[in-house]
Amino acid sequence: MSKIRILMAKPGLDGHDRGVKVMSRALRDAGFEVIYTGLRQTPEAIVATAIQEDVDAIGLSILSGAHATVFPRVLELLKEKGASDISVFGGGVIPEDDIPALYKAGVTRIFTPGTPTDDAVQFINDNIKPKSA
Amino acid sequence: MSNLVERALNGEVIAGARLMRLSDDRREGYQVFMKEIWKKTGNAHIIGITGAPGSGKSTLTDQLITKFRSAGKTVGVVAIDPTSPFTGGAILGDRIRMATHSLDEDVFIRSVGTRGNLGGLSVSTMDIVAIMDAMGKDVVIIETVGVGQDEVEIAMVADTCIVVTVPGLGDDIQAIKAGIFEIADIFVVNKSDRDGAERTSNDLKMMLEITPKRDEWTVEVLKTMAEKGEGVDELVERIHIHENFFKENKLKRRKLNERLVHVAYGAVKEKIVKDIFPPEKIHALIEEGNDPYTTVEILWKNIK
Ligand code: B12
Ligand SMILES: Nc1nc2c(ncn2[C@@H]2O[C@H](COP(=O)(O)OP(=O)(O)OP(=O)(O)O)[C@@H](O)[C@H]2O)c(=O)[nH]1
Ligand SMILES: [Mg+2]
Repeated sequence: MSKIRILMAKPGLDGHDRGVKVMSRALRDAGFEVIYTGLRQTPEAIVATAIQEDVDAIGLSILSGAHATVFPRVLELLKEKGASDISVFGGGVIPEDDIPALYKAGVTRIFTPGTPTDDAVQFINDNIKPKSA
Repeated sequence: MSNLVERALNGEVIAGARLMRLSDDRREGYQVFMKEIWKKTGNAHIIGITGAPGSGKSTLTDQLITKFRSAGKTVGVVAIDPTSPFTGGAILGDRIRMATHSLDEDVFIRSVGTRGNLGGLSVSTMDIVAIMDAMGKDVVIIETVGVGQDEVEIAMVADTCIVVTVPGLGDDIQAIKAGIFEIADIFVVNKSDRDGAERTSNDLKMMLEITPKRDEWTVEVLKTMAEKGEGVDELVERIHIHENFFKENKLKRRKLNERLVHVAYGAVKEKIVKDIFPPEKIHALIEEGNDPYTTVEILWKNIK
């Protein structure tokens, strides 16, 4: 049976991990396979892990203000490695004003503080499909 | 799909990772490429690491990877975590402890959910190990889910089976009961920085003395502090000795065949369930008011 696989990652020195944990649990409870790699991941490590794990999407959690550099970097690396079919979404403390630029760079969705976890589940069910051969 | 096999055998991680996915999902036709893959296996040394939840399996795996890498060996890891029986979802977190290796191209780590399988592995585990083996990994480590007493499948598929315990996990009676006591080629008492490590180690040694030896191999009890990397050199040394012992005694061939039989047997069971006893049909017959044995009879007759 095909299952959606999602890598949940915390890039950089950002130690706020409540959001990523809450969200990981919610995604597990929705029936997805969630790979969680812990804190302090570099974009390079995130992309290498995503490829080994053959995930369908990467969810980045950023509360440190580094979103404007990290999201585009991850997307760029995925492209470099021939893995652009992996969708990149995320959440955390990200000002509304910064979001359009992230979408323009190719981020599929941003969830800001207070979003019900069901919204993310819905987003994944509507937009992410398990990869095929 | 045969293109994927070729690419994987050429070392392309994306292709190997996709093959693992197709097998893990049991996608239509996965057997076709797995036949190709299994033909290319038999070179990797397969190490199983099992033990209670939280005993330090992942931390130890991380340390082993470091040692094997500095000896110039390439490493694959299949790390298994439990799938929720209610939602089918899982949080696979073993990699957290292996983060230092995520950029090493000669280390391939794959996280797997049990997806309803009960033996401590997933049904796909050995296919994934086989893919790593075929891709040329010298060593493949399988970390089982945190097990209790009964999850001994690892013993049937690993060349070297390491059972990890920690001090104070209960009295000796419990260890005797435990099925996992019998499957160890090497015992590790991890977290030996904690009180009672000596006692646990002595208890185990005493019990091993009264346990009949398998294949004249002596099961040793080693103490480690995986977090600090202490005792890991001795563990690696013991793994080497076990590997050589196996080769010299021509037991390698037997082990290899045991593994293939185990995989074939699992595949047979899967096929029977899928083709003859699909769960929906069983449900329907039970709902009609049949008892379990009549249900089986009806389904069995239908295939004849
Ligand atoms: C709790 C908290 C802490 C705790 C963190 C504990 C922990 N282990 O997580 C502690 C006290 C340790 C802490 C420390 C610091 N904090 Co603080 N902290 C907060 C606080 C008050 C709440 C964060 C939280 O846990 N929210 C609850 C969770 C559930 O919500 P969430 O993370 O936002 O996640 C939700 C959504 O964003 C989304 N989401 C998040 N990630 C993802 C990922 C995916 C894939 C998806 C789909 C969705 C999603 O879904 C979640 C559910 O709705 C925020 C303020 C705030 N209101 O956000 C500041 C805040 C994040 N902290 C801040 C700062 C500055 C710090 C410190 C640098 C303070 C200091 N000078 O020492 C340190 C840095 C520590 C470090 N190493 O990173 C700033 C960040 C400013 C910025 N981004 O520019 C904030 C915004 C406060 C502020 N207004 O200034 N902090
Ligand atoms: N005190 C002490 N703690 C350790 C040691 N080795 C590992 N730990 C800690 O034990 C906890 C569990 O370690 P893991 O390696 O995740 O254990 P595990 O057996 O893989 O756990 P599961 O996969 O969840 O069954 C972590 O907090 C480790 O840091 C050790 O030698 N001493
Ligand atoms: Mg573990």
